[in-house]
Amino acid sequence: MSELPTPSLPQESGLPPLDAEGLLKLYREMVLIRRVEELAAKAYTMRKILGFCHLYIGQESVAVGAASATPDDYWIAAYREHGHALAKGVSANAVMAELFGKATGTSLGLGGSMHIFDKDAKFMGGYGIVGGHVPLANGVGWAIKQRNEGRVCLCYFGDGAAHQGAFFEALCLAQLWKLPVVFICENNFYAMGTSIDRQSHLTDMSLRANGVGMAREQLRGFDVEHVRERVGAAAKFAREGNGPVMLEIITYRHRGHSMSDPAKYRPKGELEEYKLNSEPLALTKRRLEQDFGVSAERIAAVHQEVEAVAEEAWNFAESSPDPDPATLYDHVYAE
Amino acid sequence: MALIPIREALRAAMREEMQRDPSVFLMGEEVAQYDGAYKVSQGMLAEFGPDRIVDTPISECGFAGLGIGAAMVGMRPIIEFMTWNFSLVAYDQIVNSAAKIYQMSGGQYKVPIVFRGPNGAAENLASQHSTSVESLYAHFPGLKVVTYATAYDAKGLLKSAIRDDSPVCFLESEMTYGMKGEVPDEEYLIPIGKADIKAEGSDVTLVTWGKQVFTCQAAVETLKSQGVSAELLDLRTIRPLDREALFNSVAKTGRCVVVQEGYPFSGVGAEIVAQLQEHCFDLLDAPVLRITNRDVPQPYATNLEKLVMPSAERVVTAARRVLGLER
Repeated sequence: MSELPTPSLPQESGLPPLDAEGLLKLYREMVLIRRVEELAAKAYTMRKILGFCHLYIGQESVAVGAASATPDDYWIAAYREHGHALAKGVSANAVMAELFGKATGTSLGLGGSMHIFDKDAKFMGGYGIVGGHVPLANGVGWAIKQRNEGRVCLCYFGDGAAHQGAFFEALCLAQLWKLPVVFICENNFYAMGTSIDRQSHLTDMSLRANGVGMAREQLRGFDVEHVRERVGAAAKFAREGNGPVMLEIITYRHRGHSMSDPAKYRPKGELEEYKLNSEPLALTKRRLEQDFGVSAERIAAVHQEVEAVAEEAWNFAESSPDPDPATLYDHVYAE
Repeated sequence: MALIPIREALRAAMREEMQRDPSVFLMGEEVAQYDGAYKVSQGMLAEFGPDRIVDTPISECGFAGLGIGAAMVGMRPIIEFMTWNFSLVAYDQIVNSAAKIYQMSGGQYKVPIVFRGPNGAAENLASQHSTSVESLYAHFPGLKVVTYATAYDAKGLLKSAIRDDSPVCFLESEMTYGMKGEVPDEEYLIPIGKADIKAEGSDVTLVTWGKQVFTCQAAVETLKSQGVSAELLDLRTIRPLDREALFNSVAKTGRCVVVQEGYPFSGVGAEIVAQLQEHCFDLLDAPVLRITNRDVPQPYATNLEKLVMPSAERVVTAARRVLGLER
């Protein structure tokens, strides 16, 4: 038996530690995702948002921490991607307008909740076939490598996607060609309603990387600073030409799989336990107050500011025009 | 003018496009060191190197998806499937990603990619290696589906496909890679979406594409000897369909037979018949007939396989039926 030729990630990301202002900025981004999605949930119950709507509430520290480590890198995500888009810098107005199906949305109202794209932000979408987008990340990695861009591609998916053939093929190719891709499995323990122990013999999805000899790490994702640091280390590793990385980031979604899911499959008390001890916003708030001495007033001001942005997003979306029926065929073939 | 086999015409198209545009690369199984399973890419590794002529593991879903992602950020991949039969394990990538990304991103991300490889039956390859996939891909808005019969068309169309900003499924044939044809020395392009009249006639239109052009050419000769003037329309592009050329030919002849490989049920022929009855009903003097593969998985035995495939005899009989010469 040969030993696993699995490389190790660097101990440190090399990113400068966050000061109070830096952490407060990340806190603000998490609160913004939370509030935009709470408003989206409200809009959904009012039938202003239709179709599928998968909320990220509870997982905000993952996207926000990762964005802080990879501001100029490419991201590609699945269908629970409002939070990733906002973290990557896509405007709340355009995200909300897309959810409302308006012409001012990120995808002109053509994509909806699952298909948010913003080329300027290097946010390469939201995809609705579980695991189907993972191979695309390798293509971005391929282009980065050929053009010596010095960037990486972060590819997000859930624990459910780690059972798809497309995912396994993508890991094989990424490692074979040492592509600068960081695969991020956000393990929230439920693939729709099927819990992780009912889906998989191994419940640490990062172990999937061992089969292809890829660098891997499992981490808890509730502390935004920790996510920033470890995603930073993974991105540094990939950026420096050492090949791809597979991270499993443990997280927890507070809502159902989608708006129509009451999430009755959870054991009693599980959600409450996570809300009490692993709530990313509460953890960061406590850290700001206790370790950085940020005042309650300052934090309240952040909430107030975010509230205005989220409400403005709602108003913008609501007052925006529907797509013009004359444009129906405009984006089938590129000229 | 040079007389070259189709595989060399395809290779010339790829070489010229790779010389003019550094973002073009070829990726697939055995395309580099092995020189291509059917020698289409012979010598290209030596010319362009391993970063642009790329051997892959047997992982169609993985490398088709890689091509799509690379296309989104400005590269122009040519993804070779050793045969289109194998594309079915990459079907989700082509259909749900390549075809839809431009639209679902609100026009932000183009996907300029070519998927190419041999399509349809060769000989005695049995059920899993003989599928004609045109209807499977032409079904989807967002994809273009292009094919050819001659070396001239093969080169001009593949060059256009590589330059196209939308995903193109480019369908070749193992059976005709060695078939020679005249190809000009100077550069030329053939536009996608333009059919070509391969033989002019006035009594009946035979509509076809790909290597069935040759079956129909034989039928045209037989019909001629029987005093029937058949027009042979080679679609060359399945999607977007050149409806103008189709309708003009049928307006002239008033009678039509569609000849296709692949199954009749939901086949491309069914779409053409539907288009003709919608738009040319008053111009038709007889119902449109189809000659297709028989509706069974491809059998291995030679006699049964011959029975399954379109043949000149079947085409002649159908043409005579729409002309009222046979029942």
